[in-house]
Amino acid sequence: MFKAIWGWLEERTGIPSGIHHFLDEDIPASAGWHQVFGSVALFAFLIQVATGLLLALNFGSTPGEAHASVRYIMTQVTGGALIRGLHHWGSSAMVIVVVLHMVQVSLWGAYKKPREATWMVGCVLLLLTMAFGLSGYLLPWDNKSYWATTVTAKIAALPPVAGPYVARLLGVQGGAIGVVTFARFYTAHIMLLPLVTVLLIGAHLFLVRKHGVTPTPEDAGRPKKKFFPEQVFRDSVAVFVFTMALVLMANFAKVGLGSMADPTDTSFVPRPEWYFLFLFQTLKLFEGPLEVVGAVILPTLGLIALILVPFIDRGAAMRVQKRTVAMALVVFCAIGWAGLTQRAIATTPADAEDPEAGLKPPSLWAQIPAEEVAAVGYFRKDNCARCHVLGRSSLGPDLAREASTKSPDWLLEHFAKPAPDAPDSQLTGAQMKALVTLVTKRDEKGLDAWQSAPIEAVSGAMIFQTRQCFLCHQLNGIGGTVGPPMNGLSSRHTRDWIMGHFGDPKKYVQGSRMPAYKLPQEELAQVTDYLLAIPK
Amino acid sequence: MSSENSGTTTRRSFYSVLINLFGGLIAAVIAIPAGAYLLLKPKNSGADEMVEIADVGTLEIGKPKEVVYFRTRVDGWKSSKEKTTAWVVKNSAGEVIAFDPICTHLGCAYHWEDDQKEFLCPCHTSSFGIDGKVLGGPAPRPLDRYVTKIEGGKLLISPDLQKA
Repeated sequence: MFKAIWGWLEERTGIPSGIHHFLDEDIPASAGWHQVFGSVALFAFLIQVATGLLLALNFGSTPGEAHASVRYIMTQVTGGALIRGLHHWGSSAMVIVVVLHMVQVSLWGAYKKPREATWMVGCVLLLLTMAFGLSGYLLPWDNKSYWATTVTAKIAALPPVAGPYVARLLGVQGGAIGVVTFARFYTAHIMLLPLVTVLLIGAHLFLVRKHGVTPTPEDAGRPKKKFFPEQVFRDSVAVFVFTMALVLMANFAKVGLGSMADPTDTSFVPRPEWYFLFLFQTLKLFEGPLEVVGAVILPTLGLIALILVPFIDRGAAMRVQKRTVAMALVVFCAIGWAGLTQRAIATTPADAEDPEAGLKPPSLWAQIPAEEVAAVGYFRKDNCARCHVLGRSSLGPDLAREASTKSPDWLLEHFAKPAPDAPDSQLTGAQMKALVTLVTKRDEKGLDAWQSAPIEAVSGAMIFQTRQCFLCHQLNGIGGTVGPPMNGLSSRHTRDWIMGHFGDPKKYVQGSRMPAYKLPQEELAQVTDYLLAIPK
Repeated sequence: MSSENSGTTTRRSFYSVLINLFGGLIAAVIAIPAGAYLLLKPKNSGADEMVEIADVGTLEIGKPKEVVYFRTRVDGWKSSKEKTTAWVVKNSAGEVIAFDPICTHLGCAYHWEDDQKEFLCPCHTSSFGIDGKVLGGPAPRPLDRYVTKIEGGKLLISPDLQKA
């Protein structure tokens, strides 16, 4: 049966003999484990294609949607965190494997005549691998993506004459990246780069087959072997080890997601992916007008030198053990790379933001002014729920469903004396005004304050209002500017610091003008809870 | 000569088995998560399981009422509050049925005709009894019902429909 199908396929398509032809390729007797990296690199690319395709199926490809959809993939889709982990670590792994492949080729001198074109196509494939990393870095649209890409765009704009055009090509508008840059990076990442990469991998493989696997001097006079089975077996083992390592990384080294990109957040320190850190450090070696040297000229010269390696090293083929100059150069490059990378890590401050900040569901109530959150507390305090039961019909209109259409004056009067038999209101005039806003304004955030704000946070917001903290501190856009803003407090101070600071500000901040607040322990905890929940 | 040949054959098939084994394992490691990713239901965060929509005590026996309520609709990474309705009927046994407000024929909104004591769809004049059974017109099946429960005198409604 199998034979019959095989025979049919052979006669109609020639695929079986094609497979045999592929597997029975002659390879030198010296071929061995050192030649597995090319196959692993190809496989790494295929994993990126497969996982990238899966991610794209659940990805909202605009800045407005991207972050939420990545959070959806990470927290809700079955296996989503694993697939993204494979794609994330797969990109790093692919860079490593491609570089190892090039190191092997360099050490063995496999780029020598007639294989110069194979090497040059390989160099372009290395660049494409890095371009994939660079464009993919933007797509989660968190702070890290945004600010790192901002730096990339600025560097691209540095070269004289060409700079502004490159920046325009990257979609930079008014000096900043945004929706256009996102669209271009996304299109490059999923259409342009894959297409070019597939074509060049095809060309690379064609050249490898045309010239054959590079023999060593010892191979002269020795009989050739076939690609199948030993070398295919070695490749399978290497690919298997690679896949397992990748799955372990994806499972145990969790990929985070920062807060959604905030172009106004100037406190964020951007950092490139680890394999770009050496370039990042090179950039820092040059100052002022010389910046373009480190940012553009040196990397370009390095790249040209890399591409021209086969034309620089034109000597006769040698045994790998005797290629000491090549070894020294590879070691020199590795040390230089490691040194620059280490310096870059050492001189960059640690990320203050919680790397998983973006994975937590956004608390909408924490994004509205304290007054509006406190109004939820007034609503509860004055027992409004006696008639206005939220979310279902009751004695009074259901305010969670529909905003009150009564006039503010009517409402104020109603709050003072809700019903003939109701007790008098305990609220102040300002508090009643806040309540007017609460019941007449109907948006998702206000509703969320009603439904999801924890009791402690609502109490905290009430304390924030009664203590008039807003006179000096801005919170979600409302308040004075004498003291520091309350947004993003959680990324600046610890809980203990904030609680201690209330009682004795001068002890914590020299020259602080904030009066000491000796709040009861319970209130202190409530207001701290509230402040810590306020986003950046 | 023949023993050498069979030795080579054994070695080749031994390698073949291992290569296929590794290939199979690699494919499984990728394909299983991919299948789960594509085919299993995502965890539902934020979607309402059961929403309280009415006080059972306020419903009149034998008189359908169109109850308006809000429901959180989750569509992938988006969730939105949407206004929706259900036709709620309380029978003399105190049981409450909540009908999907959409005709089972072609999806028009129907209403209760108090004079005829029937639900009438204006599009193609399908009519349904107070129990949702088809009385006339082209409707293929009785009205769809929401899964409901009563807790502490309140009617709770789930987003899931029971098709008759």
